[in-house]
Amino acid sequence: MPYIANTHADREAMLAAIGKKKVEELFEDIPESRRFPSLDMPKGLSELEVLREVEALSEKNMRADRTAWFLGAGAYNHFIPSLVPALASRGEFLTAYTPYQPEVSQGTLQAIFEYQSMAATLFGMAVVNASHYDGATALAEAVLMAWRADETRSRILVPEDLHPEYLEVLTTYFESFPVKVERYKGDPAAAASDASTACVVASYPTFSGEIYPLSAAAEKAHAAGALFIVHTDPLLCAILKSPGEQGADIVTAEGQCLGNSMNFGGPYLGMMGATTKLMRKIPGRIVGEAKDHEGRKGYVLTLTAREQHIRREKAISNICSNQGLVMLQSCIYMAAMGAQGMKTVATLCRNKAHFAASLINKVPGFKVATREFFKEFTVLTPVPAEEIYAKLSGRGVVPGFPMSRYDASRTHELLVCVTEMNTRNQIELLASSLEEASK
Amino acid sequence: MNLRPEPLVYELSSAGRTGCALPSCDVPEYEIPAALARGKLALPELDELTVVRHFTRLSQKNYSIDTEFYPLGSCTMKYNPKANETAANLPGWRNLHPLAGAEHSQGAIELVYRLQKSLAEIGGFSAVSLQPAAGAHGELSGVFMIRARQLAKGQGRRVKMLIPDSAHGTNPASCSMAGMTTQTIPSNAEGGIDMDALKAALDDTVAGIMITNPNTLGLFERNIEEIARLVHKAGGLVYGDGANMNALTGVFKPGQAGIDVMHFNLHKTFSTPHGGGGPGAGMVAAGPELAPYLPGPVAVKKESRFAMEMPEHSIGRMKAFYGNFGVLVRAYAYILTLGRDGLRSLAENAVLNANYLKVKLEGAYKVKYPRACMHEFVAMGDIAPGVHTLDIAKRLIDLGFHPPTIYFPLIVPEALMIEPTETESKATLDAFIEAMLEIAREAAEKPELLHDAPSITPVGRLDEVAAARSPVLCYRG
Repeated sequence: MPYIANTHADREAMLAAIGKKKVEELFEDIPESRRFPSLDMPKGLSELEVLREVEALSEKNMRADRTAWFLGAGAYNHFIPSLVPALASRGEFLTAYTPYQPEVSQGTLQAIFEYQSMAATLFGMAVVNASHYDGATALAEAVLMAWRADETRSRILVPEDLHPEYLEVLTTYFESFPVKVERYKGDPAAAASDASTACVVASYPTFSGEIYPLSAAAEKAHAAGALFIVHTDPLLCAILKSPGEQGADIVTAEGQCLGNSMNFGGPYLGMMGATTKLMRKIPGRIVGEAKDHEGRKGYVLTLTAREQHIRREKAISNICSNQGLVMLQSCIYMAAMGAQGMKTVATLCRNKAHFAASLINKVPGFKVATREFFKEFTVLTPVPAEEIYAKLSGRGVVPGFPMSRYDASRTHELLVCVTEMNTRNQIELLASSLEEASK
Repeated sequence: MNLRPEPLVYELSSAGRTGCALPSCDVPEYEIPAALARGKLALPELDELTVVRHFTRLSQKNYSIDTEFYPLGSCTMKYNPKANETAANLPGWRNLHPLAGAEHSQGAIELVYRLQKSLAEIGGFSAVSLQPAAGAHGELSGVFMIRARQLAKGQGRRVKMLIPDSAHGTNPASCSMAGMTTQTIPSNAEGGIDMDALKAALDDTVAGIMITNPNTLGLFERNIEEIARLVHKAGGLVYGDGANMNALTGVFKPGQAGIDVMHFNLHKTFSTPHGGGGPGAGMVAAGPELAPYLPGPVAVKKESRFAMEMPEHSIGRMKAFYGNFGVLVRAYAYILTLGRDGLRSLAENAVLNANYLKVKLEGAYKVKYPRACMHEFVAMGDIAPGVHTLDIAKRLIDLGFHPPTIYFPLIVPEALMIEPTETESKATLDAFIEAMLEIAREAAEKPELLHDAPSITPVGRLDEVAAARSPVLCYRG
């Protein structure tokens, strides 16, 4: 039996101590007719056989590292320094539980505190929690938090140009509550907030890549008594004004781009930050500084009176397990990159995206539709984008995301993402491939 | 354990350093409009070796399964096989984009499909969705499903969920988050659900019940089929919290006993690492009535091709993309390794180990419900005047063991919830027993050893009250 240390003799000795003859006798509380059902499954395999089988499956997929990759749309191909997985996969981090016993969890706790600090700096916020499941659930919980602050306010204003899967998650989360999720076009400053608005959500950048300055929108939301929530890209915040400095009350983000693989969509990192005023309303675990009786500094899970294990049905959220290890990877990534590295990666992304846009704009029939962008922008295509994708992806160029996959009416739009992973040659290849594919 | 204070990354910083060299820019530069540009970015600046030493030293301040016995009740801290890490970190997964398209992700979708089938078979359910990212996320999905089904049947007034008093805090919290109300059902003298209280609660506002089985006392709910029958008869649906499935693989299929929808914690029963808090995976399974309501998309097979699709009446998406895929790969590799016989033997050995510990400890530590336990049991820490469970937990640290779960479930005073798991040897259990008995002796003779514990850790007991009163949640320079 794999992974079981006890021998037959050990088990016999233990059964004797318990006063049972057979292990089956320990299961007599289970209705007899239901006990030990057959499992229609194969027998166990050796490690060699298992790895062979999983590896064979893993090879039946397209790999971003073997293609010129320009597809983002919520999951991003970035460089991960070798030290990130090397350190995060240490057994002491990997196989520890949630740090409920602080004296034997200072490693995890201090790392969370460092992550909170660095993420708070990026966002320009006072508090960041220890993670949510992903960007979409972080945003849904932020909206829930805003609505719960004053349940008489029933309007939730979200951009039309929000990641469609994020909107779907928000819709699922709010199915049972008496709210109206309304969608506004374009600039978040145009959102029609009023006295019945719980919050205005801005996407910075929007799903199609557009960057709108946020200050005017924040002022307008606040004037109506609504909270202003900004969903952002943490890398963008290294070089562009942070949501906090533009008046955000709550910030959420997908942190996958900070040192985590694309992994077919997960596990990713839901990030959430808030102002000091909202510190005791934010869901999720938070680590704070503490002292022991000798005055030594340490770290503990704090403000736990918000959480389900204390407050049960009155808790702010039901979240318990979060994305701890993914958060750790992002913490190590930010520490390794540092201020300079973060700015360099973000600047490389932005420059390369703008270079790609300038080349694509020169290709006959193609037009970049996004005015101000960071690493992702929308291109209007002369032939259906899905056709371009089909033609080029077979040739090792993944040109972007055909918008028709989320909205059937947007047949001639391609969302193109460029990161530090794309070389100048790849960008030139993209432009020439688009030209060929449109003929 | 590393006892030396480790400075914060900020305190190790020197301006001008970086831990990662990046390529120089091979395209023209495009200036950022001044109105958009960020000013200062106050992140630390470290060289690579300093980063490596810092996080290595931090790791050495943790207890973990790889370094210590970790009998944390309800958390199933079993060995996390290294092979599963290899399987999950293959380049064919790491470099796979979730929106590459079904034609370019056949291997990943096939893995999801196969894992769905295996988990449905293990639980005795019709269908499975791997969307939920954690146990509580699975609970929320299940409660949404129950709500959606009741609405579809024109039973919108059914907004009340029944929850035993021994339940995890996530159960009532998940109900509130789904817009439902909760009513607590007390436990009976045997540690099961009080059947009279249940019957009395079954009015026409009941949407369903949430049952953890084995419950958090580590006891199998003997009346499970009768409970399901009564709830169904009253128009309700039955949610199974699968946190404790480690006692039941190959032993009992909840889907055959009237459970309509259930989550399993892949990070417990299926050995994926806890990672200091996550990521988990809280897949949700359903019987025929609720299967069309599962969150999606789920993997389907069409002739020889695989695709992701939404179930017919799906409650919708619970997160972006398809669940915590990397966690799913680990669980899949684990199930392949164990196979049908290994799955049963894991439950048998988990239950055997727990009963052995219980028998050896119950002389010194009272166990409120003395019948045979499943994969865990709850003892009590009131072993000497002035000695509390917290003291025992902290003294265990000094003796080289991670403490059990303490003060939970709430219905047992001074609770010590002990779950050894199947991967621990008798030798380890014997060493733990010896430590627990030693602590019981110390409690009577030298209680200060307990009150002053732990003494071998980087910090002593921390003042959590003061920490919450004036919180310091970020580095302040």
